[in-house]
Amino acid sequence: MSTRRVPVVERIMKANDVQAMENRETFDAHGIHVVNIMASPGAGKTSLILETVRRLKDQVRMAAIEGDLASTVDTDKVRAGGIPAVQINTGGGCHLDANQVGQSLDDLPLDEIDLMFIENVGNMVCPVGFYLGEHTRVAISSVPEGDDKPHKYPKIYANVDVLVINKIDLLPYLAFDMEAFQTLVRGLNPEIQIFPVSCTTGEGFDAWTRWLLAQAETS
Amino acid sequence: MTQNIIEIVNRHAEQAGASRVSRIHLVIGELSSVVDDSVQFYFDYLSEETLCAGAELVFRRVDVKLVCGNCDETWQPEGIEWRCPACGESQARVTEGREFYVDSIEVEDP
Repeated sequence: MSTRRVPVVERIMKANDVQAMENRETFDAHGIHVVNIMASPGAGKTSLILETVRRLKDQVRMAAIEGDLASTVDTDKVRAGGIPAVQINTGGGCHLDANQVGQSLDDLPLDEIDLMFIENVGNMVCPVGFYLGEHTRVAISSVPEGDDKPHKYPKIYANVDVLVINKIDLLPYLAFDMEAFQTLVRGLNPEIQIFPVSCTTGEGFDAWTRWLLAQAETS
Repeated sequence: MTQNIIEIVNRHAEQAGASRVSRIHLVIGELSSVVDDSVQFYFDYLSEETLCAGAELVFRRVDVKLVCGNCDETWQPEGIEWRCPACGESQARVTEGREFYVDSIEVEDP
């Protein structure tokens, strides 16, 4: 049987990207600045949101979308912190996609939000490939994870706007070379903003929240 | 992602009036995604009873290529030391390696 070749040239992520653009239009129509937070499990995604909310809740109206394989543990914590939150359970899925985020927006008071956090599923690989319509992409690396992470997961560092380096209160106990780490990351991403912080002691938070507020005000 | 590939392929095969898809050519940049050869396994399962059931996935990998924002040098990095080999600046921009698309399909006619 004869075969023939049919040209296609169609991007595999197109369906997700189209939905992400629709999400973005919704965010912009409501004046919401959206931050997609990606990191490995335990790096401090929820802690970063909670401490940021604690410091900014008198200045800006916030909300969160929490992505997890299962449970509402993180959503309960964030609600207890005083902001509206919805849970997306991916049921085994290792990342959030634009469609899931789009559907969850019905459950949030969009007219009463200026700054929205999307806490992605704990994973340093898959979330990076799925745009959700966010304005700012944040990766968190915590110092106990080691300063060699960019060697193993270059894509996440190359594809975010901001890197938060968390748990810096533990630096005295760890062989983590902060300067070498930052040099490596800036090599992959010359434009990246880097904020070393501790969610426990609050060190470094002023610079992070100042930057974040400035972003929210431009949206 | 595998679902997306199947949806794209079946749509184009239908438009081309094909009776079956025998091969699918994918172009995948080193930086673009997590798709590896295991995708064939998911593909075989998810494509059952569609036009592309039993098709072979053929990958063309694209290496990362960088251009220096300072001196316009272009090079292929080894590992993640992305400093420019010519001028030493860290201002690399990715010119290749983010591709992720279905390039073409080979189809059989009725």
